Amino acid sequence: MTDQMAGPEVGRSRARKEDAHLITGQTNWTDNIQVSGLLHLAILRSPMAHARLDRVDVSAALDRPGVIAAFTGRDLADGMGSMPCVWPVTEDIVMPDHPAVAVDEVRYAGDPIAVVVARDRYTAADALEAIEVDYTPLPPVLDLEDALAEGAPLVHSDKGTNRCYVWPLATGESFDAVRERADLVLKRRYIQQRLIPNAMEPRAVVVTPLAASGEYTLYSSTQVPHIARVLLAMVTGIPEQKLRVIAPDVGGGFGSKLQVYGEEALALAVARKLGRPVKWTESRSENYQATHHGRGQIQDIEIAATRDGKLLGLKVDLLADMGAYLMIITPGTPLLGAFMYPGIYKMDAYDFTCTGVFTTRTPTDAYRGAGRPEATFAIERIMDDLAVELGLDPIELRRRNWIRHEEFPYTSVAGLTYDSGNYEAATEKALALFGYDKLRAEQADRNERGDTVRLGIGVSTYTEMCGLAPSRVLRDLRYAAGGWEAATIRMLPTGKVEVVTGTSPHGQGHATCWSQIAADALGVPFEDVEVVHGDTRAVPQGMDTYGSRSLVVGGIAVHHAAEKVVAKARKVAAHLLEASENDLEFTNGVFSVKGSPEARKTIQEVAFETFSSHDLPDGMEPTINAEHLVDPENFSYPHGTHLCAVEVDTETGQTRIRSYVCVDDVGKVVNPMIVEGQVHGGLAQGIAQALYEEAVYDDEGNLLSGTMADYLVPSAADLPDFVTDRTETPSTLNPLGVKGVGEAGTIASTPAVVNAVVDALRPLGVADVRMPCTPQRVWEAIEEAAR
Amino acid sequence: MTHISVNVDGTTYEDEVEPRLLLIHYLRDRLGLTGTPIGCDTSNCGACTVELDGESVKSCSVLAVQADGSEVTTVQGLAQDGEWTGLQKAFHEQHGLQCGYCTPGMIMAARDLLRENPHPSSDDVRQALEGNLCRCTGYQNIVRAVLAASGQEVPA
Ligand code: FES
Ligand code: FES
Repeated sequence: MTDQMAGPEVGRSRARKEDAHLITGQTNWTDNIQVSGLLHLAILRSPMAHARLDRVDVSAALDRPGVIAAFTGRDLADGMGSMPCVWPVTEDIVMPDHPAVAVDEVRYAGDPIAVVVARDRYTAADALEAIEVDYTPLPPVLDLEDALAEGAPLVHSDKGTNRCYVWPLATGESFDAVRERADLVLKRRYIQQRLIPNAMEPRAVVVTPLAASGEYTLYSSTQVPHIARVLLAMVTGIPEQKLRVIAPDVGGGFGSKLQVYGEEALALAVARKLGRPVKWTESRSENYQATHHGRGQIQDIEIAATRDGKLLGLKVDLLADMGAYLMIITPGTPLLGAFMYPGIYKMDAYDFTCTGVFTTRTPTDAYRGAGRPEATFAIERIMDDLAVELGLDPIELRRRNWIRHEEFPYTSVAGLTYDSGNYEAATEKALALFGYDKLRAEQADRNERGDTVRLGIGVSTYTEMCGLAPSRVLRDLRYAAGGWEAATIRMLPTGKVEVVTGTSPHGQGHATCWSQIAADALGVPFEDVEVVHGDTRAVPQGMDTYGSRSLVVGGIAVHHAAEKVVAKARKVAAHLLEASENDLEFTNGVFSVKGSPEARKTIQEVAFETFSSHDLPDGMEPTINAEHLVDPENFSYPHGTHLCAVEVDTETGQTRIRSYVCVDDVGKVVNPMIVEGQVHGGLAQGIAQALYEEAVYDDEGNLLSGTMADYLVPSAADLPDFVTDRTETPSTLNPLGVKGVGEAGTIASTPAVVNAVVDALRPLGVADVRMPCTPQRVWEAIEEAAR
Repeated sequence: MTHISVNVDGTTYEDEVEPRLLLIHYLRDRLGLTGTPIGCDTSNCGACTVELDGESVKSCSVLAVQADGSEVTTVQGLAQDGEWTGLQKAFHEQHGLQCGYCTPGMIMAARDLLRENPHPSSDDVRQALEGNLCRCTGYQNIVRAVLAASGQEVPA
């Protein structure tokens, strides 16, 4: 037993505990699971965006050798509820029925129609061809504005409208009032294209039923085993206590696995019908159609300002594409951005409306950042346009309006209280690393020479909202669940430690970071800590991982649970050392009596004493395990400054990122290496939205970008080396001072890159380029400006 | 059904397989060697990369029958007596993985690169790994890991 720690763990770059099995191939992906008698599911999906199902006949499929069963939506509907949406954002929201497998009508290309169960996956896939379906095509609904027009074809004809909801927010002065006194009102429309999240591991589900007891174990590649358990129990009627959900190794999520999917429900239903274990594994093409998409908004935005660049107000009108059905938080996703449009700026008026619209496309839901990237994009793009109008440097315009360090805590016009921040420090550091002035000089020079390759410089200063979420706030927003998180610490008899966390990671390194936090609080070696997660039986309570909540809520729960363990251990140590608790010091895992350091007990020795329980203080329960549930008081607000320089070839439209610098302030950092990794990954995804990625549909509603060959996920060759750095302004709202980092890179980078592209082309008369800024789009923008 | 004989990670397997069976499914479903994952169905992602007679291939674009008489190395065959290879160590030390799904393919593709070009530049690494997609890391630490494994100084 060590009683000397090498120094604090929190703040230290630790190579990860979770790597060993991943780099040696000892992995536990859901698709790896083999059990005897396992049957394979394949799903027939709609080839059309919208059609009535006149007949679905699976009998020919059943005749195929190796096929065990086949089911239509109607076969499965018995005993199954609608797939859930837990965020009915308004009282009068339109909530259509959402069967796991379509019954009468298909509403997007990829909507499940029937399920085949076979002895192996090839047979299952082949048998899909034998299913006969008669369709009556119905008109697709693709354009958000047309969808709202009088007489438009309806996605859900029983609802009489494609308008899902209208959600307004008006804070501060009225926008009309500030419009009156403004010198300048700028109006812009930005398009947030649909994105396909592309976690590298496709989704997979395995269900093993235990017929005798009616128990089911569901393995799923999910971010949310706990939430899935509650909701799948409701959908299928399987009693919650008989449903165990396990998220084994999960190969990325980015929000796309923050979901309760029809495939999970139908796998349970099929396993229940057959009494046999079943597996479904998504192909990438299925993933593109059937795993929810992200973004998908038309943003109409107005900003009012004075001549000297003081912001007065902001008005935002959104049309948000829900897709065909409401997934668990589909309607709420745009609202996660509603409060963030004013960003880091002071202003007097804010006026926001979001209209949710049904279309015959894959449902949308959270994708990395969920609402906040969209908001940050709009404000940061329009700030650049405003700077141009005012003849100000874009950095200078931001400086004139942001909240200054000494003004925190600051309540934004949207009503959020930002606890701490230092925008000046982050920006100064970023500008220095970037070499801003030098690049501006080079840009001017190229413009003067009429160089065919132009330089553009883009900035984005941002804040985001992490730590989802205070449960009372969620109530006010009509979100059905709470935002608390649970942790349990078990001191084992040998002095080793188990940290049981309700967060469920998929690449974020929780095992390492939670070990660091627990090791510090308990004074035990990092190596002695093991982290348990992702199994509802081993971890009975939790709210899982999304929205950069894990560290700020879950990590804090670990810290507090450890403090409870130490408090109890102190009582036991005092008893054993025959001292008063107040006379005990606790350093590096050792309780010692003040003044007589030889009288000492390590916390690990105390753990053994509480296990044997031979000599505990009167009335004390054996063992020193502790549970802590934390409900955050407020969100946390990381921030930062991102700078991007691009070279745009005006002859080919090709954009190359010349340099990318970011300084993020995510509060106290637990593991700098992991934070940096999160930032890198976020940047890649944000840059990809700016330059490469888009889910493209044709006029019939077919997904044209339906495979990885047609949807450009950037490779190593497409991305630059990033320069990442940080400032540390601790959060004042939790004992560790942490703020969360998972989405920052994505949120900040998209506007930085697009601002740079537009900046490069402004001298040619280009005022905007629609995302993704592909060579084609850039070239067209240049051509159009020249006309 | 066709008879094949394949040596995978040092063990020889004799099997009857359907002619259309992909090597990746043979490895995963028949041999239970699930260390190599599948990420796509269009040979774009590289997650399934293994070595076939010393050359890296995407095992979703090779039929099991094509591997007849060959030697296949997967990520599971790299560590010897629990001792990781230099690349495995470097991925760990440089935080070259997050969810780890792309990692087996990345490591196998990087081995190929280092065999051909023992001292690649950062651009060389990026070009060589173009066929291997990662959604988590943004690639920077993967590039660092490969440079470190080649014994080069890694930019901080
Ligand atoms: S699975 Fe082989 S390249 Fe994607
Ligand atoms: S580490 Fe997740 S895909 Fe590469």
